[in-house]
Amino acid sequence: MIQFDRVFKRYPNGREALSELSFELESGEMAFLTGHSGAGKSTVLRLIALLERPTRGQVLVNGRNTAKLRRRQIPAHRRQVGFVFQDHRLLDDRPIYDNVALPLAIGGVPRREMDKRVRAALDQVGLLGRERSFPLELSAGEQQRVGIARAVITKPPVLIADEPTGNLDPDLALEVMHLFQRFNAVGVTVLVATHDIHLLDRFRVRRVHIEKGRLASVPHVGA
Amino acid sequence: MSVRNGVAILFERHAQALLGSLGRLARQPFATFLTVLVIGIALALPAALYVAVANMRVVTAGLDDTVQLSAYLEIGTTPAEASARAQSIAALPGVATAETVSPDEGLAEFRKHSGIGESLEALPGNPLPWLVKIRPAPPRDTAPAVEALAAEIRKMDGVDLVEADTAWVRRLHAIEDTMQQLVLVVAALLAAGVLGVVGNTIRLEIDGRRAEIEVTKLVGGSNAFVRRPFLYSGLWQGLAGGLVAVGLVAAAIVVLEPFVTRLAAAYGSPFILRGLTIREWPLVVAGGVALGFMGAWLAAAYHLHRIEPKA
Repeated sequence: MIQFDRVFKRYPNGREALSELSFELESGEMAFLTGHSGAGKSTVLRLIALLERPTRGQVLVNGRNTAKLRRRQIPAHRRQVGFVFQDHRLLDDRPIYDNVALPLAIGGVPRREMDKRVRAALDQVGLLGRERSFPLELSAGEQQRVGIARAVITKPPVLIADEPTGNLDPDLALEVMHLFQRFNAVGVTVLVATHDIHLLDRFRVRRVHIEKGRLASVPHVGA
Repeated sequence: MSVRNGVAILFERHAQALLGSLGRLARQPFATFLTVLVIGIALALPAALYVAVANMRVVTAGLDDTVQLSAYLEIGTTPAEASARAQSIAALPGVATAETVSPDEGLAEFRKHSGIGESLEALPGNPLPWLVKIRPAPPRDTAPAVEALAAEIRKMDGVDLVEADTAWVRRLHAIEDTMQQLVLVVAALLAAGVLGVVGNTIRLEIDGRRAEIEVTKLVGGSNAFVRRPFLYSGLWQGLAGGLVAVGLVAAAIVVLEPFVTRLAAAYGSPFILRGLTIREWPLVVAGGVALGFMGAWLAAAYHLHRIEPKA
């Protein structure tokens, strides 16, 4: 579902984020993407969502070579990839409904169906009935769950998350991770970038560990 | 997805953007009002100038038939010759009437109007020649046609001098043509101004909604989707500006009309000031809509491109 083949990424400022990174994630698999800050975790996610393109090498998502996608095909690609951000990137001046419905509005989903799907998505993250609230009226954990609802409302086959629990206390972090597991259980391929040791210990999922832009063997627990 | 469904979705998307942009404009009434007012004035100026020229043309259209020609026959022409000449002139195409004025009649008229009758007594004889007064027939009563007629008469036997007093009509028409051209120049300049005003408003709007644009692009919004509300915003502003312009011109007509009517009456003219016609005012509004849309498109094309999402 996600395949990196000898991916090399250098940013315009000269920083080498990834070098010769290769890994693969099967359809329906769930994995943690780990590594120190600056190891290249965010770059991996940015390449999957086509926010960046690799300098060399190939990134395949859902069977498609992202290098072959033209600029105008990028929006359609992003709709196939749910993206959850550490700072959740909600629009504070819009009610929860509008935030969650945004990907549907882009797709031109009729109002009636939109209502139904927004409610379903909010139900999945335990926030049904908060449609009229504004993001700042919600707790940090709730805001992150809104971000997840927005990421999954188009039912994307791939869900990626960049430090989704970074701003949450351990209980809320667990809650959010259980949510990801639930989506994975229904067949969504999930890749979560994190350096939260507690979570890594607690969830028995595969780890894709990168160091200095390369795939590395997973260090022993506590290392 | 069926075609019908596709059309419905397209319609729904556009309807949302259309109403959404209207709502956002309504939420900033003062800023919107100022923009619309500037657009309205910028459109009203050339429109008003155009109406002024159109009115002027109505007034001057009646002036052409006051143009007449005077053909002075050679000294020593007999009455019989004079009337023969007048008849052959009258037979020319484009001539409505050709009347003879004898030297004696001419002198009498001159005495009456010139106020120097006394000094004429001192002359040994009547110095005036026979005169043929010619009135051109429409449609040959325009200045260039009259000039051509004068040239033709000038070539006839026994004709000494032909005067066609068309110069002032020519000048008047030249002034009108210049003003009409001025309307175009002013309209072009102010159209560029409207593009700038709308473009700047849209730029500010884009800046204010940067976060929203980024997030929209992050979750898969195409450039067209992101651009759409701004295009509609420009369209609304242009539409409102066009309507304001039509209103301003109408108001100016209402204010000026009694004065112009009184002025015309003083000249014994039934002239009535005209405003924008039913064919013209929709053009002004359409111009506003087109300019608003274009201004927004330019601003959106330039500024939206630079907003790429970071994550």
